[in-house]
Amino acid sequence: MSERQVSAPVQQIKKQRPSFHLFDFFYQYGTILTIVVLIVVFAAANPAFLQSGNIINILRSISIVTIIAVGLTISLAVNGFDLSVGSVATLSNAIVISMFVWFSQNPLIAILSALAASLIVGLLNAWMIVKMKIPDMLMTLAMMFIIQGLAQTYTKGATISENMVLPDGTFSTGTIPAFFSKIGQVPYIILIMAAIVLFAHVFMTYTKHGRLMYIIGGNKEAARLSGIHVNKYKIAAYLLSALFAAIGGIVLASRVMTAEINAGTPYLMDGVAAAFIGFSVMGAGKPNAFGTFIGAVLIGILQNGLVMMSVPYYAMDIVKGSVLALALALTYYKQRG
Amino acid sequence: MTTPLVHMKNISIEFPGVKALDQANFTLKKGTVHALIGANGAGKSTLMKVLSGAHSHFEGTIHINGEAATIHTPKDAASYGVQTVHQEVDTALVPYLSVGENMMIHEMEKKPFVRWKEIHRKAAQLLQEMDIDISTKRLVSDLTLAEKQMVLIAKAVSIKCSILILDEPTAPLSHAETSKLFSMIHQLKKNGTGIIFISHRMPEIFNICDELTVMKNGTDVAAHLIKETNPKQVIEEMLGAPLEDQFPSRTTLEDAPIVLDVKELHDQHKLNNIHLHVKKGEILGIAGLVGAGKTELCKALFGASEKKSGTVQLHGQTIHIKSPHHAVRAGIALVPEERRKEGILTEETVGWNVTAASLRSFTRPFSFLHRSKERKAADGIVKRLGVKTPSLEAKVKHLSGGNQQKIAIGKWLLAEADVYLFDEPTKGVDVGAKKDIFSLIAELAARGKAVIYASSELSEIAGIADRVYVLYDGSIAREMTAPMTEEELLYHSTGGQS
Repeated sequence: MSERQVSAPVQQIKKQRPSFHLFDFFYQYGTILTIVVLIVVFAAANPAFLQSGNIINILRSISIVTIIAVGLTISLAVNGFDLSVGSVATLSNAIVISMFVWFSQNPLIAILSALAASLIVGLLNAWMIVKMKIPDMLMTLAMMFIIQGLAQTYTKGATISENMVLPDGTFSTGTIPAFFSKIGQVPYIILIMAAIVLFAHVFMTYTKHGRLMYIIGGNKEAARLSGIHVNKYKIAAYLLSALFAAIGGIVLASRVMTAEINAGTPYLMDGVAAAFIGFSVMGAGKPNAFGTFIGAVLIGILQNGLVMMSVPYYAMDIVKGSVLALALALTYYKQRG
Repeated sequence: MTTPLVHMKNISIEFPGVKALDQANFTLKKGTVHALIGANGAGKSTLMKVLSGAHSHFEGTIHINGEAATIHTPKDAASYGVQTVHQEVDTALVPYLSVGENMMIHEMEKKPFVRWKEIHRKAAQLLQEMDIDISTKRLVSDLTLAEKQMVLIAKAVSIKCSILILDEPTAPLSHAETSKLFSMIHQLKKNGTGIIFISHRMPEIFNICDELTVMKNGTDVAAHLIKETNPKQVIEEMLGAPLEDQFPSRTTLEDAPIVLDVKELHDQHKLNNIHLHVKKGEILGIAGLVGAGKTELCKALFGASEKKSGTVQLHGQTIHIKSPHHAVRAGIALVPEERRKEGILTEETVGWNVTAASLRSFTRPFSFLHRSKERKAADGIVKRLGVKTPSLEAKVKHLSGGNQQKIAIGKWLLAEADVYLFDEPTKGVDVGAKKDIFSLIAELAARGKAVIYASSELSEIAGIADRVYVLYDGSIAREMTAPMTEEELLYHSTGGQS
């Protein structure tokens, strides 16, 4: 065997200059290119678009979506799909605000209770998926309804805010501390988002655990037969997903200082869009935190720019949906080919 | 003599790089059961695919009932009454529909509305005619393999079936189920249907068939009436030129210590009272035909199948392997049969695949990956195994079968196990890569690993193994020590008694 020429096929073929494929170029840089084009178009239409105040505005507007979408991305990495992130954000929002307003608790207790409740949801999701073998999307869909209902039942269908009227006719006396309101303001909200994107990116790309999650997402059976604890990592993925959804809910609470019914729901669909657009960013072809951030940026820019161009809010979803369809076309056309 | 039902003459077909059929002939008479046998790759399936319209680019002529037939698509074949029941029954049925719906799919297509009563009445009548006792309202997903097969046969017969091809029909069946199938075949025979029976199992062929054709290297080498031949003659005709030069020479120690010792292993479905042991530096062959339980045995040893009883000792210590994770920790590695489904990550890169089972050895504190170390190790494996890939970043799905298999094996070379289980490692692998894989396996044994090599390619088992257990229907039929011949293995694998 040793006399056979098996040396260095790697280097030989690498030397060939790769021919330029238009589609591959779009696949890799399409999302970034779209963002650049959008910036140019919006800036031309309204120079105020490029002012630093507006850019910070865009980043702030995408923070909560990005935080929630990063959690969703991790569930996608193990080939799962956590549809309950929106309602978990709602729940965590409601718990944090209620802790302040109803129970006059300190921020630590308030935040910890929101995180704990959300992690229990994540654990339940994971347990039902791993042990009861319910398909991921169906289980988390059911969980979405349950948590949505649970949050509404908890708030008795009302918006929680300072000085709200309680069922017994009195006014609530708890206050939301000033410190807590800072979380949802610039620069902290943007810093939190950046930290989470960075953490998830490093975790998924540079640690053993992240790699194993991708391997499980790639082929669960092959992963299992490679001796990988598939269930353990699926549970971890759903816990992380719930954790980030909870953080999203807390930031949201700080931003609006109230707990409205289904406040977190809209973030699910935007998060899904951001995560899927993220698949194609830089040709990754798989869920990744950085791509998800870029996806959220794309959506944020679109939204912001269209508002500046006086496109009515009710037409916004048409554009958002079209962009998502385009990004998905890039991802899936490539996979088939 | 009457005109034959099917007469295929001088059929040749080429695929890129392979001449799969070379002037093959086949004749089937009305109302007979005709066995088609040959080693793996002899061209049986390809010939039947030509008859059933799956390949359109063949040369040669097909006559059905004495008239020239043009068969280029499955639809053409169906119009001549050719029906096939494949070995993988699950691919031909819709699991969440009822038996009746599955049987009547072709009827339901024709009309805009579904007439449920009609569907179930017709289906029930068909089943009754075939003497099959299955309710048409049951869901296909609730049926046993044997029942699914019967439903498929009934469906095939219901359409318009004068030629029925049964591809390894008895492989998944128990004895009772097999005899039920045989009574169905007798029934069909009486109605004048010609049946082509593809099987490896000699006793069954000699029980049910009237004639047989032996194929080798893409052509027919012999045809007999069953009563004028015997298993020994047929096996001799089946065997190709010996492939001994493919195999590395082996030297083994007589008194090497036992590494893995298995006693009274049972699983729920297939395995029955398996006793086996493998020594340090030994290549232990597990021979058996498709469906004999080789895969089940490998999976059971690797902790990948559920519910089993029996004791397993590794290095003299009893271990309980509850999951593949435990097995890997204990030092057992499995290269599974279904490579694309179980062995590799097709969408991931070569580098990721090679290190997937041994990531633990490439970490820094806090589980950070030591990427340069990982790259170096992956590169080393790729070079050592001669994997032909443009780079470590290439996706595995773009590589050839042989190179994919090398990666599935290479993964375990990095993980450094003590016991290596190979399940059909040469399946879908070209000759050159096969030789590399054999030398690799011999090298593992030479380094003191215990190797278990399960295969239905009996010539390969005979060539590489030091000792062999022959599996037949989930039990060990015989233990043999090298040197052994393919004939002996085949004899015992097909249920021959010693």
